[in-house]
Amino acid sequence: MGSLLTQAFTGLGIGATLLLIALGLTFTFGQMNVINMAHGEFIMAGAYTAYMLQGSFGRETSLLVSLPVAFVIAGALGVALETVLIRRMYGRPLDTLLVTWGVSLMLQQLARDLFGAANVQVLTPSWLVGGVHVAGVDMPYARLFIMALVAAAVAGIWVYMTYLPQGRRMRAVMQNRQLAACSGIPTARVDRRTFFIGSGLAGVAGVALTQLGSVGPTLGTNYIVDAFLVVVVGGLGQIRGAIIAAIALGVLDAYVEWGTSASFAKVVVFVAIVAFLQARPQGLFVLKTRALT
Amino acid sequence: MLRVEGVESGYGRTTVLFGVSMEVPDDALVCVMGRNGVGKTTLIKTMMGVIKASRGRITLDGRDITDMRSYQRVRAGLAYVPQGRASFPSLSVRENLQVVIETSPHGVAAGQAALDEALDLFPKLRKLLGRQAGFLSGGEAQQLAIARALVTRPRLLLLDEPTEGIQPSVIIEIENAIAHLNATNGLAIVLVEQYMEFALRLAQRYVVLDAGRVVAEGATEGLANESVRKLLAV
Repeated sequence: MGSLLTQAFTGLGIGATLLLIALGLTFTFGQMNVINMAHGEFIMAGAYTAYMLQGSFGRETSLLVSLPVAFVIAGALGVALETVLIRRMYGRPLDTLLVTWGVSLMLQQLARDLFGAANVQVLTPSWLVGGVHVAGVDMPYARLFIMALVAAAVAGIWVYMTYLPQGRRMRAVMQNRQLAACSGIPTARVDRRTFFIGSGLAGVAGVALTQLGSVGPTLGTNYIVDAFLVVVVGGLGQIRGAIIAAIALGVLDAYVEWGTSASFAKVVVFVAIVAFLQARPQGLFVLKTRALT
Repeated sequence: MLRVEGVESGYGRTTVLFGVSMEVPDDALVCVMGRNGVGKTTLIKTMMGVIKASRGRITLDGRDITDMRSYQRVRAGLAYVPQGRASFPSLSVRENLQVVIETSPHGVAAGQAALDEALDLFPKLRKLLGRQAGFLSGGEAQQLAIARALVTRPRLLLLDEPTEGIQPSVIIEIENAIAHLNATNGLAIVLVEQYMEFALRLAQRYVVLDAGRVVAEGATEGLANESVRKLLAV
């Protein structure tokens, strides 16, 4: 029983990490239909931000300071990408895939030039060392921290989208860009803000990932495909879908890996996703209206 | 008020409008008519900046708006109700209106007052404020679309086929609302419409398009003319 619960907690941990990465993609991919392969490099930028700040702020506080700073840095990178390249490619998702793939390779090389090819380590603050033991399950503080971070990010997004005028404008533009423009909403400004938030969330995810392993130029690339799958399985632009998909995939991965191996678990997860999308290509959730389409 | 001078526009390399010129006087209701595919919707979209004019000029009260983006034209005084009763489907009726009020060129307070007036015009919408817009009936959605355009307090309203697919009782409500806006509020209106009787009851002037060109225009009494009716295939 204890082992079953341990795997459930491990799965939740994997799911939380996937969700933290996928949250940003629900904005840029799910809502704007931009396949941003450089999203992984925004994660990497967030992780290197934490690495750089630990020298200035010390081991105990640098992680907390890194979260908002990484959000702004990754967000600014996203805005730059949107302004310079992506703005010219709305409605052409495959073109955005190719171009942002090139940008991701350039950013990886830039990281190698700046920080070296070898991975670097971000120190864990003392308050994240260790864990708690509940019902026979060891719960590392680092995993609990990521879960809390995800919960805070989801709550923040929900408040932003539901109650703030900027969030309403974002939903309006994503649902009907032309109508939004013809109703007086400056859509280009909304696009920039959407990209800022989506990319900023990737930066926050990068800071969180420093507590699970070392930081290298390909850190984000390792997660990007799984994160895209979470968004697709959840339903494009559907935050609640992404939450359920991330947890389901994480728990499935943990349980299969427990009895077999990491590689086999990966295969099972991919097969499950393919089977699911065959049955429900639109994902878990979809925007319902009276219209047939 | 609005002058369209020698405008050419279209989609990609396909030109749809060829040197279209027309004028909408202050307080007037001008109906744009013609068969399917002659360029009526293209013309209204070009006025609104959804499609760029490749040639010609559009001015609003003497101010050149040809190169303005759509949202800037809203701030200049235009409002647009597109064909097909478009809305923001996952937003509630209240949010559909609120999101426009929050960017209203006249400020939130004026937008709120305009909203009250629009809801007086379409009282049924008051009961539907909490409903998701994607679940409205065709008539309700059309009323929402017009109300959403009105909360920007426009000086010129562009209406594209407001009766399309709407049941007769709601058409009467929409007709009364349009007549009130034009006659009482002095709102200038460009109405693209296939339903000729509806247009004739409302409009003071008409423009008939054929193959992307203006082929007839004048006061609506002229529409009784047999040659004009032939152009409309009625």
